[in-house]
Amino acid sequence: MKKILITLTLLALPGLSLAAGVGYPLLTAPIDPHNKASLQRGAQLFVNYCMGCHSLEHQRYNRMARDIGLTDEQVQDNLIFTGARVGDTMKNAMARDDARSWFGVAPPDLSLIARSKGVNYLYTFLLTFYEDPSRPFGANNAAFPNAGMPHVLWDLQGMQRAIVETHTDAEGNETEVVTGFQLAQPGSMSPPEYREAAADLVNFLSYVGEPIQLERQRIGVWVILFLGLALVVFYLLKKEYWKDVH
Amino acid sequence: MANTQGTTGLVGWIDERFPLTKTIREHLTEYYAPKNFNFWYYFGSLALLVLILQIVTGIWLTMNYKPSAEEAFASVEYIMRDVNWGWLIRYMHSTGASFFFLVVYLHMFRALLYGSYKKPRELLWLIGVVIFVVLMAEAFMGYLLPWGQMSYWGAQVIISLFGAIPGIGDSLTLWIRGDYVISDATLNRFFALHVIALPLVLVGLVFVHIVALHAVGSNNPDGVDIKKVKGPDGKPLDGIPFHPYYTVKDLVGVVVFLIFFSVVVFFAPEMGGFFLEHPNFEPADPMKTPEHIAPVWYFTPFYAILRAVPDKLGGVIAMGAAIVVLFFLPWLDRSPVRSIRYRGFAFKAALALFVVSFLILGYLGALPPSPGRTVLTQICTVIYFAFFAVLPILPWFEKTKPVPERVT
Repeated sequence: MKKILITLTLLALPGLSLAAGVGYPLLTAPIDPHNKASLQRGAQLFVNYCMGCHSLEHQRYNRMARDIGLTDEQVQDNLIFTGARVGDTMKNAMARDDARSWFGVAPPDLSLIARSKGVNYLYTFLLTFYEDPSRPFGANNAAFPNAGMPHVLWDLQGMQRAIVETHTDAEGNETEVVTGFQLAQPGSMSPPEYREAAADLVNFLSYVGEPIQLERQRIGVWVILFLGLALVVFYLLKKEYWKDVH
Repeated sequence: MANTQGTTGLVGWIDERFPLTKTIREHLTEYYAPKNFNFWYYFGSLALLVLILQIVTGIWLTMNYKPSAEEAFASVEYIMRDVNWGWLIRYMHSTGASFFFLVVYLHMFRALLYGSYKKPRELLWLIGVVIFVVLMAEAFMGYLLPWGQMSYWGAQVIISLFGAIPGIGDSLTLWIRGDYVISDATLNRFFALHVIALPLVLVGLVFVHIVALHAVGSNNPDGVDIKKVKGPDGKPLDGIPFHPYYTVKDLVGVVVFLIFFSVVVFFAPEMGGFFLEHPNFEPADPMKTPEHIAPVWYFTPFYAILRAVPDKLGGVIAMGAAIVVLFFLPWLDRSPVRSIRYRGFAFKAALALFVVSFLILGYLGALPPSPGRTVLTQICTVIYFAFFAVLPILPWFEKTKPVPERVT
């Protein structure tokens, strides 16, 4: 348990944990926050595959609808499976105590997961589940070794087998390192389709992490343009006053 | 009806009852500042600007923030998502904290460059160092409020340092926390101190800092005393009225500052994890210790000094000494020359080494320790203290240049 937590924390600090050399190398998530179709597909994947266990307790359904280009009715009819109303936050029905006894840890709320762990980590996590009969749910993960989470997207991706290399260090200690994957049993999606689905899901979680991000950048451009203009005016004012200082 | 200021009408009426025109004249329109201020002289007024920004954004944040362990984290997200413009106010406040330290560090470096702490400005410097210490306390307590993992464990680490004090250590940490661990009680008192007690102290100290400055007058990049050379009208020949000359000049500085500030607020509010640390987007969990606990960047130089000493109490003493030694600076530096422009190679080299070691300490303090890093941290710690140790004897080796009578 402690090992998992330590690994988890190390992965949370990609820039700082390099020295420790833990974990599968992170892939770069090909996400585009402007792509509303991708965000909508991500939302759909989330409510269908993730939300049974993971909530988004800070995200409101209608805020999501507005931001990713859906109507409240579309969300109410297609994306709400609980008794929630469209103005509610995206909570789920799983009790934390039950969850803890089923999985060892309660599945975390994912509202801010993209900000605490980073999008590249999430993308890598979704792509690196592999078959491991020693784990309770038959699957392990290279980005998050011994994760408590089962491979819930296996019917989309299929099941991969890990290519493992044994490394021996100077003191003769052997460590097993996952270097790649082989698709053992195909799923309903081809590997490129699955990578796109994973990217959509990460794109959606990145949006949920900070719903204002695009608006923030849009406003920022105007603020800086205004300040640039103000700089010219104040600079000329200063020059005019300082003419007589020698 | 005329008064001593020669004003009439409403202003005249006020001047008979309150020193309005007198104050404006003494501190703005007839306060003579040296005419040769350079780039380094923007950071005083900018520090004042950031203080005001922090107070104003802070007031608005408290309107929706809930200082309770149960609700604090969610209330911050509520501000970020549901409060109109809450995200902007919150990012301005979090970015403002980092910019406050950036500006204050540059302001202090200016004093080192031009000997602004030397007679007659020793008290001005002392008040400034007290402001710096209070600012650190203010930032530390503010950082607990979002109640994220790094808020919680950072506070846990720093408060436990007081436990190293022999005898009273344990009861002291208990008294600070108000509980056996960081808890709701700690959050509540830190909130009270962060939003009322320390800001009041800060504002008061800043006022006193400015009063002291205006009593002795500003130093300048040449380190010469402009009051020595006065014209027939009794005004310093090298001085210009603060208003309008420096108000219009500082306004340019303010706009440039706001551009840098806005780039961070609107395009990189996390600043790559340095202004808002990634683990702090996870709610505080007393059962789960992060593997690597690092303070925010502005504390890392002192955190590195703490870790440089293998013994806990020794580390705490070293870290405390790194700050306390600043109070003695005006008496440690015995050179009669103020400005670096007229000081010798020995001082320039010592100051350069000091700055480089401070920056390296800041970098290393953010990283997890390793044997190699610890050695480098120890070397930089020695250089940090060596700077203050050699200052008193520097004049023996130093070949200073003649200081001009007038500013250049």
